[in-house]
Amino acid sequence: MTTTPDGSAAGLTVEGLTVAYRTARGEAAAVTGMSFHVAPGETYGLVGESGCGKTTLSRALGRHLPPNGAVTSGRVRLDGVDVLDLAPADLRKWRATSLAVVHQDAGSSLDPTMRVGPQLAEILRLRGLSRAGAREEVPRMLARVRLPDPASIARRYPHQLSGGQQQRVVIAAALTARPRLLVLDEPTTGLDATVEREILDLIWMLRAEIGAAVVLISHDLGLVGRLCDRVGVLYGGHLVEEGNARDVLAAPRHPYTSALLAAVPRLGESRHARRLAAISGHPPAAGENVAGCPFAPRCALADGLCARTLPRLEAAGTRHEVRCHHSDRLYHPSSAVDVQTPARLRDDPGLSPTAADPAPELLQIRGLTRKYGRTTVVDDVSLSIGHGQVLGLVGESGSGKTTLARAVAGLGPRGTGTISLDGHALPASLRRRDARTRRRVQMVFQSPDASLNPSHTVRTILARALHTLRGSVSPQELAARADLDGHLLDSRPDRLSGGQKQRVAIARAFAGEPDLVVCDEPVSALDVSVQAGVLQLLSDQQRATGTSYLFISHDLAVVGYLADRVAVMYRGQIVDEGPAGRVLQGPHHPYTASLVAASLARLGEPTEQDTGMVQPGRPTGPGCRFAPRCPRRIDGLCDSENPPVRTEGGDHTVRCHLGIGDLPRRAVPVTIGVAPGATEEKEDPSA
Amino acid sequence: MRRFLLRRLAATPLTLLAVSVLVFTATELIPGDVARTILGREASDATVARLRIQLGLDRPVATRYADWLEGFVTGRWGDSTLLRVPVRDLVLTRLGDSLLLGALAFVLLVPVALTLGLVAGVNHDHPVDRILSVSGLTLGAIPEFVTGVILLVVFAVKLRWFPASAQAPEGAALATRLGHLLLPALSLVLLCTGYVARHVRASTVAAVESPYARATELRGFTRGQMVRRHVLRNSTIPATSALGVQLQFLLGGLVAVELLFNYPGIGALLLQSATEKDLPTLQASAMVLGVLYMLIVLAADVAYRLLDPRIRLGAVAS
Repeated sequence: MTTTPDGSAAGLTVEGLTVAYRTARGEAAAVTGMSFHVAPGETYGLVGESGCGKTTLSRALGRHLPPNGAVTSGRVRLDGVDVLDLAPADLRKWRATSLAVVHQDAGSSLDPTMRVGPQLAEILRLRGLSRAGAREEVPRMLARVRLPDPASIARRYPHQLSGGQQQRVVIAAALTARPRLLVLDEPTTGLDATVEREILDLIWMLRAEIGAAVVLISHDLGLVGRLCDRVGVLYGGHLVEEGNARDVLAAPRHPYTSALLAAVPRLGESRHARRLAAISGHPPAAGENVAGCPFAPRCALADGLCARTLPRLEAAGTRHEVRCHHSDRLYHPSSAVDVQTPARLRDDPGLSPTAADPAPELLQIRGLTRKYGRTTVVDDVSLSIGHGQVLGLVGESGSGKTTLARAVAGLGPRGTGTISLDGHALPASLRRRDARTRRRVQMVFQSPDASLNPSHTVRTILARALHTLRGSVSPQELAARADLDGHLLDSRPDRLSGGQKQRVAIARAFAGEPDLVVCDEPVSALDVSVQAGVLQLLSDQQRATGTSYLFISHDLAVVGYLADRVAVMYRGQIVDEGPAGRVLQGPHHPYTASLVAASLARLGEPTEQDTGMVQPGRPTGPGCRFAPRCPRRIDGLCDSENPPVRTEGGDHTVRCHLGIGDLPRRAVPVTIGVAPGATEEKEDPSA
Repeated sequence: MRRFLLRRLAATPLTLLAVSVLVFTATELIPGDVARTILGREASDATVARLRIQLGLDRPVATRYADWLEGFVTGRWGDSTLLRVPVRDLVLTRLGDSLLLGALAFVLLVPVALTLGLVAGVNHDHPVDRILSVSGLTLGAIPEFVTGVILLVVFAVKLRWFPASAQAPEGAALATRLGHLLLPALSLVLLCTGYVARHVRASTVAAVESPYARATELRGFTRGQMVRRHVLRNSTIPATSALGVQLQFLLGGLVAVELLFNYPGIGALLLQSATEKDLPTLQASAMVLGVLYMLIVLAADVAYRLLDPRIRLGAVAS
């Protein structure tokens, strides 16, 4: 380990950091006694649910806490410099020369009224460059983050860039100086899988180049596992586990880490094979007085000792520490699971009953086309969903999946094509559907904040739905079916957590015993632990009622978990459709292959799909729409002729010029051990 | 943008048509007989009846409306029944005078309101902000004729810093005219500042707390640099629409202020022609003000669109 002149270690050293907020009820500690070290060139991942202190910590690292927050004890040192001791002018200088922060939602980190070039030039000017020098340097900075045509990007306003391009610009801004500390706060949350992959690849390449200490903050364990050398797991403001990424993810020693891992569906894992283990309850609020272990109320292993005494962070292996009284009870070498490796992709139709026994069709979509102005968003789509079947619809933002879902629900612009339910034509407009049809088709939206009336109580929301949809049960019963606590019935939505709100929205959709529920990204705004609960609820409801779903998500693993059949949408067209296992395993469309690769591959591994940027705009001419990005493109054919729809194995269709035999497929299905969730379920808390 | 302009311009004649119907109906509804008002109480019924025919008042309402509208559009606005002069010259001269007053008020309003809003927003939740916000609201709650009286009493009567009449002597230089207009303009500014400043404050707070402002500070810029480079523009752009609204308010305020300060603007003319049943003048003044309203709203919308690149350039363009 290199050391600085004053004898402390180079890199970032956090010692006993405690951050508290002044609230109406006194001081509330959001981070308590955190200590960790990140060497230059090392990437340190901080993981945890919302409300565990991740954001507070990231703001404390840049000494940029909100006005009511303060560091009450501890130190933050970077290469020997005590950041918390710096005078204001020195702090600004330190930020300019040593710190770089990349936040979630790059779009809002850029000034919307200023072109990208001047925004970057302004930072360069602060670093002492001349006006002309800054102007010359800007394209070089943009090229460094692999943006094509930097000169043109520099002339654009932020809103003229895609999300991925915006995030690249923000990263370019972060790297103008040679920072000694790079803080990445949820850098890819909200980005499409393929774009996320590109950004992560970029960070991976750059981190070696800059040699800074990198802190990656994320709720996504898989992402942290792929990118980081070391991982710290945060819970209730405490570091509960820390170690090499590989060790922590493969053999977690804290029940919380283990539970987080079990909550994430892995690609290819089906609801028919494993229940997702949601972590019941929620993390303690900042300042909530916990005498013992903060995780004890949610922990299957907790006993009296846990409730009384906060465990110490103790060695649990090589550079591996855990804060748990009972970590010895959790560790089962046989359960070791590498989260990187996918579950064996299902190609056994027996696992998904509906796939083996083609049910009569409930919903039929034929030649559906929807336009916004002159842009065709949904282009001649035909799909069907059988009784009791879950059809998963995947695609990146802008692929038209939401427009398709809204069309089924009777919303959005009018267009051509037919939708029929049980053989009867479904009017395109919701206004023309009679009460019975409305009852049969329900929708769950992405944001329950926007879809629940904030001035009504949960009871009123459910009672109204029961009334209009002619439901036969009471609101209590309906809430209970969605695992909603009865005492929440008289609360308004703003008192509920995101997961609870989504449960209300789901309960409401099921008020009239629908035949089809359209779910538009119902879990994408939720934390992994909450997501697991909502997915499990959807799965249980489906099993109990036999309702069909049209389930939309950009997350392939989530879609694969819930769906019997999967349809992949690209720029308004279905390019791949079939039984979930076969679509994910292949042979499949090159676009599906790139989605699978993006959600599976380790970083640093070159993949076939690296073909550059997502092109904005929509090609209108003939030819395959994916051709510009396709690694398997046949020049002279794919870019000029529309691809045929090929059928594989009877019920799997792929829209591609490649023959079935030439289509990509996953190389080796990987067998794995017992899922980590299983060990926790087997544990007897009293043991 | 071009499409937006075309659409708005196409909608303008329709709106003006609706305005003309309203204006015509409203003037029709004013109680009392026009011919009787003109001739006075002493005139015989026969004389009044003759004048009614002369003025065309015996014809159906629809015909009179059509005639009036045609006249207005083609520039034949008729003669004032009260002042016996052509309405067009009268109204346009008075309008010019009012525009001078309005422009002075506007020129004073913009920098004052922007500065106050920015200072309050940048220091939000500090005492400075509270004092500015409360005083802005208080001033906005006092009608312009009250502040006008106070200004008159204090600055014109007691201190004698400014003339009490807004009307400068015939043929005075522009500077003198503006000096006379300062007090009435101030009473309008006091009325509108609070509202505009509140809008600027709200968008300033949003800009100061935005991720891009935070990112700027984390890059080592001072707070002052952050405000100058990123907050200023982002907080003033949304305020343009508030300014548009206030300009209309300002026009409305002209009536009371012109009367109070004895200024022969279009507001005073409007009031006079309404009380004296000078229908041609009343209708023309109201229509001219309507056109002006529309132009202001259009200008504010266009300005907003020009200033905000997200609207000017549309969504993701390749």
